[in-house]
Amino acid sequence: MKIVIDYDLCEANAICMAIEPSVFEVREDDNLYILDEEPPEELRPKMEEAARRCPKQAISIEG
Amino acid sequence: MKALVVAGASLGGMNTVQSARSAGYDGPICLVDPSPVLPHDRPPLTKQVLAGEWELERARQPVADKLAEFDVDLRLGVAAESLDVAGLAVGLDDGSRLDASAVVLATGSRARSLPDATAPGTHTLRTGADCLALRGELDLRPERVVVIGAGFIGAEVAATCRSRGLEVTMLEADEVPLGRVLPGGMGAFMADLHRSGGVDVRLGARPEAILTDDHGHTSGVRLDDGEVVPARVVVVGIGAVPAVDWLAGSALSLRSPAEGGGVATDATLLAAPGVVAVGDVASWPNPLFDGEVMRVEHWENAIDQGAHAGRRVLAELDPKRWDNPGGFSSVPWFWSDQYDSKIQMVGRARPGDEPVVVSGAPGEDRFVVLYRRGGWCTAALGLNRPRDLVRARMAMSESLAWDGVASLF
Repeated sequence: MKIVIDYDLCEANAICMAIEPSVFEVREDDNLYILDEEPPEELRPKMEEAARRCPKQAISIEG
Repeated sequence: MKALVVAGASLGGMNTVQSARSAGYDGPICLVDPSPVLPHDRPPLTKQVLAGEWELERARQPVADKLAEFDVDLRLGVAAESLDVAGLAVGLDDGSRLDASAVVLATGSRARSLPDATAPGTHTLRTGADCLALRGELDLRPERVVVIGAGFIGAEVAATCRSRGLEVTMLEADEVPLGRVLPGGMGAFMADLHRSGGVDVRLGARPEAILTDDHGHTSGVRLDDGEVVPARVVVVGIGAVPAVDWLAGSALSLRSPAEGGGVATDATLLAAPGVVAVGDVASWPNPLFDGEVMRVEHWENAIDQGAHAGRRVLAELDPKRWDNPGGFSSVPWFWSDQYDSKIQMVGRARPGDEPVVVSGAPGEDRFVVLYRRGGWCTAALGLNRPRDLVRARMAMSESLAWDGVASLF
C-alpha cells in the first residue's frame, strides 16, 4: 500500500493528521508531510478514512 | 420484512446507511428524501460550484457512489410527513405509510429566510438547485450583490462573489459578526478579512425590506435608517433551522428554539425506542462536555454521528448481535475557506467563556484563540493555523482540561 498526495489539491487542512498522525503531519510551515509513504497494512482502514475525509480529495491509495 | 427507514438522504443519513452496512446489517433499507435528486455535498456549493470552477455534478456526497452497492431502496421526491413512534412507521407525503423495523431521523436543516425574500433575484443557499439559481444570476454580472448576514454561508458567498470580480455589500445586524459562535468579540476579524477582500461590510445594519423594481425583480435592500443599498441580487444568509416540523405531532420531545432546537435524544442519539436522530436534527447531551446539550450543523459532525447512529440503530434492531456503541462523545469542529484564509473552530464556546489569545493576535494573518471556562478549554479558534487546530482537537477529544490544551502553545 502506497500513499499518494496530490499536492496541487492539498490545502493542509490536517484532517488526515488527526486520523493518523504517524503517517500524516502538517508542520509549522503549513505543508503536509508524509512520514510513512508505505504504511503497514493494519493502517489501511485509517488510510481509507483519511482519503475519504479529505475535503480536497487529495489523498489516494495505490495497491 | 420491515425496512430500516432513514428519513433524509442528508450527509448524516447517508453515513448512517454506510455505517449500518459496514457493521454487517444485510436487511432492507429504505431511504426517503423530498429532494428530486440526491442531495449534494454542501461545502463546494458556496465555493467551487458557485465560483463556476466545478459543475454541480462534481459536488457529490462521498457515500453517493456506494448506494447501489449498499442495496438501498432510494425514494427521492418523497417527504417524510409524520412519525408513529409507538407503531414505528413513517407517513409519507404521497399518502403511503412505511412500516419500519427502526427509524433514523436525518432530515437536516433548511435555510432561514426573511418574510419578504420571495422576489426573483433574492436567494438563500442550501441545495444544489439553490446554488445553480444563484450562480446563473452571478453569471449575468450584476452591478452589486448584497449578502444579508455575516455568518459562514454569507461570508463564503461574499468571498466567492469577490473572486468573480463582483461588488459586494455585506449587512450584519450585530456590531460584531458571529457573536453566538465566537463570543467575547472574537468575530471582529471576520469583518476585517472581508474588508481586505474588498467587501463593503456594514455592521449594525438592519435590513428593513427587500425592494423590487416595476418587473417584480429584486432591486435592493432598505435599511432601518432609510438608506437603500441597490442590488439586483440579494443573498439571505441568516442561518438554518432544523427540519423537524414533520415530527411536531409525534410523541418525540422537540427542543424549543431557545433550547437550540432539534429532536431531544439521549447521549447515544436515541430519541425513542427504535428511533435514532443524526446530524443537524439531533440535540444530544455530549458526554465529553459533561452532558452539555448540543446540536451541531457541521459537515464533520454529520459524518461522525452517521457512523455512530448506524451502529446505534442496529443495537435497537438486534441487541444480541450488535452492541450499543454508548454515548456520542465528540469535539465539534468545522473549517471555512474564505479568500486565501482558512478559519477553523474546534469545540463549542458559550457566552461568558473567556477568549485567551495563545498564538499571534486577532488582526494578524495567523492566530489562535482558546476559550476558557473554569478549568476547561471549551473551544479553539484558528486563522491559518491548521496544524495547531488539529493538535488542539486531538487533545480536547481526550480531555477538555485547560492545562493540557494550553500547553500545546
